[in-house]
Amino acid sequence: MAQDLAHDAHADSHDDHGDHAPTGIKRWLFSTNHKDIGTMYLVFSLIMFFIGGSMAMIIRAELFQPGLQLVDPGFFNEMTTMHALIMIFGAVMPGFVGLANWMIPMQLGAPDMALPRLNNLSFWILPFAFTLLLSSLFMPGGAPAAGWTMYPPLVLQTGDAMPMLIFAVHLMGASSIMGAINVVVTIMNMRAPGMTLLKMPLFCWSWLITAYLLIAVMPVLAGAVTMLLTDHFFKTSFFNPAGGGDPLMFEHVFWFFGHPEVYIMILPAFGIISEIIPTFSRKPLFGATSMIYAVASIAFLSFIVWGHHMFVDGMPMAAQLFFMMSTMLIAVPTGVKVFNWTATMWRGSLSFEPPMLFAIAFLFLFSIGGFSGLMLALVPVDFQYNNTYFVVAHFHYVLVPGAIFGIMAAVYYWLPKWTGHMYNMALAKTHFWMSAIFVNVLFFPQHFLGLAGMPRRIPDYAVQFTDWNMVSSIGGFVFGASQILFVIVIVQCVRGGKKATAEVWDGATPTGLEWTLPSPPPFHSFTVAPEVK
Amino acid sequence: MSASRASHIDSRSDTPRGLSNNLGLKALAAVAACSVAASAGAQMSPNTSNGYNLPFGVTELSHDIYGLHMEAFWICVGIAVVVFGAMIYSLVKFRHSQGAVADTTMLHSTKVEIIWTIVPVVILVVMAIPAAELILKMEDMRNADLSVRVTGYQWKWQYQYMGAADGISFFSTLKQDSNFARQLHSGIDPKTVPNYLLDVDHPLVVPSGTKVRIILTSQDVIHAWYVPDFGIKRSAIPGFINELWFKVDPGKEGIYRGQCAALCGRDHGFMPVVVDVRTPDDFKKWVEEQKAALKQASTPPADAPRSAQVLNQSPDLERH
Repeated sequence: MAQDLAHDAHADSHDDHGDHAPTGIKRWLFSTNHKDIGTMYLVFSLIMFFIGGSMAMIIRAELFQPGLQLVDPGFFNEMTTMHALIMIFGAVMPGFVGLANWMIPMQLGAPDMALPRLNNLSFWILPFAFTLLLSSLFMPGGAPAAGWTMYPPLVLQTGDAMPMLIFAVHLMGASSIMGAINVVVTIMNMRAPGMTLLKMPLFCWSWLITAYLLIAVMPVLAGAVTMLLTDHFFKTSFFNPAGGGDPLMFEHVFWFFGHPEVYIMILPAFGIISEIIPTFSRKPLFGATSMIYAVASIAFLSFIVWGHHMFVDGMPMAAQLFFMMSTMLIAVPTGVKVFNWTATMWRGSLSFEPPMLFAIAFLFLFSIGGFSGLMLALVPVDFQYNNTYFVVAHFHYVLVPGAIFGIMAAVYYWLPKWTGHMYNMALAKTHFWMSAIFVNVLFFPQHFLGLAGMPRRIPDYAVQFTDWNMVSSIGGFVFGASQILFVIVIVQCVRGGKKATAEVWDGATPTGLEWTLPSPPPFHSFTVAPEVK
Repeated sequence: MSASRASHIDSRSDTPRGLSNNLGLKALAAVAACSVAASAGAQMSPNTSNGYNLPFGVTELSHDIYGLHMEAFWICVGIAVVVFGAMIYSLVKFRHSQGAVADTTMLHSTKVEIIWTIVPVVILVVMAIPAAELILKMEDMRNADLSVRVTGYQWKWQYQYMGAADGISFFSTLKQDSNFARQLHSGIDPKTVPNYLLDVDHPLVVPSGTKVRIILTSQDVIHAWYVPDFGIKRSAIPGFINELWFKVDPGKEGIYRGQCAALCGRDHGFMPVVVDVRTPDDFKKWVEEQKAALKQASTPPADAPRSAQVLNQSPDLERH
């Protein structure tokens, strides 16, 4: 491409570009560099993934057999609540923001994000938010235990952790909104000359739409939890029926945030998969424009389906019908995406490097999560599925082999670009196979448990549910342990390894401006904007 | 109701655990679970589920739901076969290592894209129509023969009968032996406790072949009343009244067990829902016994529900 000249100029002098940047701890504390901040986001996400994961291990250990062997039921509820909050707000969302930070400027041909100081602030809020949230484990009354959905009146029974939970959620929301604004401003203003919106890489597109979702719904969550705060401390009655309030209103407000939130956690993964599959199929993405429209339709529909979380809470028949149909409609654009990815592989020339392996697992397993989602949309059967392990299986299928595999695929795809070294392919493939097999051992039996009638969020169960719970726990332990391989691969790769070329995946066809930069890229990605087409 | 659903129901053997049309699920089960849990489902199930599928249940609604569930399941299996088939074919056939050359001219096809947008819409409509019909049926609360007000508490249920059985009212809590066994480090093997976690001191007693309407609310936090075999689950929400109905097939009298299905605090896992379904005659007898017991207001007989006594003594609890 035409920008070869531009980066040749700074390829050999890229160390000098960091001359204004402080070194040591100050480099990170005061960083305004998209790569350093992206790295911090990704490391933070990985740490939270392991903290949230260890809580999942406690949950699976207690559920290994009937009877209570390890933890008190109250602590069990703290674990399920904190596991969800940490995985959603601490692992998945910062993971995607980290990838956005690293890749969006490089894919757009920009030197950095548009708002670097905001970028610094939005990251540095997070460690405080999660320190606050995690320290609530040591408060009188324990950590929040009312589920990540924080339904009143139950959540109002939280002890001293209550204000900490709410302030932590506010901080996370503020951080997400700032990150989202940064993404929108960067994409709207800093694209290389010639890069029209429709020529933009799919990862940027999916993040642009995700950013709008974030800006739209995070304030709604902040409003909802603020009402909880005033109900708890200032004797308001937003959700207290005794004072004329309405507990169902919280559910409506929460899920108006919560459902777009679900797509916030999956749309960037769609973008990642849309980058990886064409590369290793050696073939352009099939129906690229319809892929963009599909993401946009999914984002729009995500605002009008929240009621499907609340069918059992009592709803007028017209609302049941509306939310059922609108929810089922989401299957159409999602189907288009899956079909387009399949068509991209069709008559391609496929090779199976670690990112491609994760992308293929994503295709299969996310689809399974989509199928169970379609079944859950049917109101009458939802009366059976709702709040059972069938739901747990469903959302873990879309979040673990969906969102998390998406992040892992992205890391394996761009890690050589970031570090300048190739990683240990054999170890990465081992990590893939362990993850892909045991994620199914972990979550597939949960479909059976739910169908057979096991409610979710219970610390102990009737003995008839024992066998599948044991299988699921074994899957969980092995899946959890195999994530250590992920860390080993990353650490080894950061430390050294075979030099990566600028294109990294030489035999394949990676497209996009990021591959025109050397590996590792210079401190300021593109000091001279490249010309596109 | 659609013919396909009827055939699902008809094809079931008389035993509630008939496995005839669950071969697909069985195959999936085998794949997912390796051999570790080959015995799953062999154990006695707390409901008419075979251990890995939805219970067929004992009410008209649960049968309809089961039919709709299987219909949706097979549609998903059908789509999966086509889509996963195309993916697997690509993975096998178009391998770089086998010398496959990419067709880089294949960018998009308006025709194909319109087809794979329209076809899913048609499939969804096919799924939505019977679902909508069933919603109408589930929401029809008219002509109930018996109404029971169910109130959720942390962590027990209160049952208050209305109409002909008016005045009968009691609490239903986890049975003692389960309660002992479920304590942390109790040392009691749950497998030795009959109906561990799924048994209560006083079950709800209802007649079979009768449309029973449940009126649900809660006195503290949100709970959910859930009996898998009846095909019903609804939230009990403070300040709200939710309704549901069920009609147990005649001849299916027995004990049916479920659990609270909405996180309601520390002991959420320990407030089972147990329904004792009796023939209309037996139910009438039971009502008369309970009423006779109520009349001797000062000294309720020992076999009357203990909580009737509690109620009389608690002025703060609203009496129906």
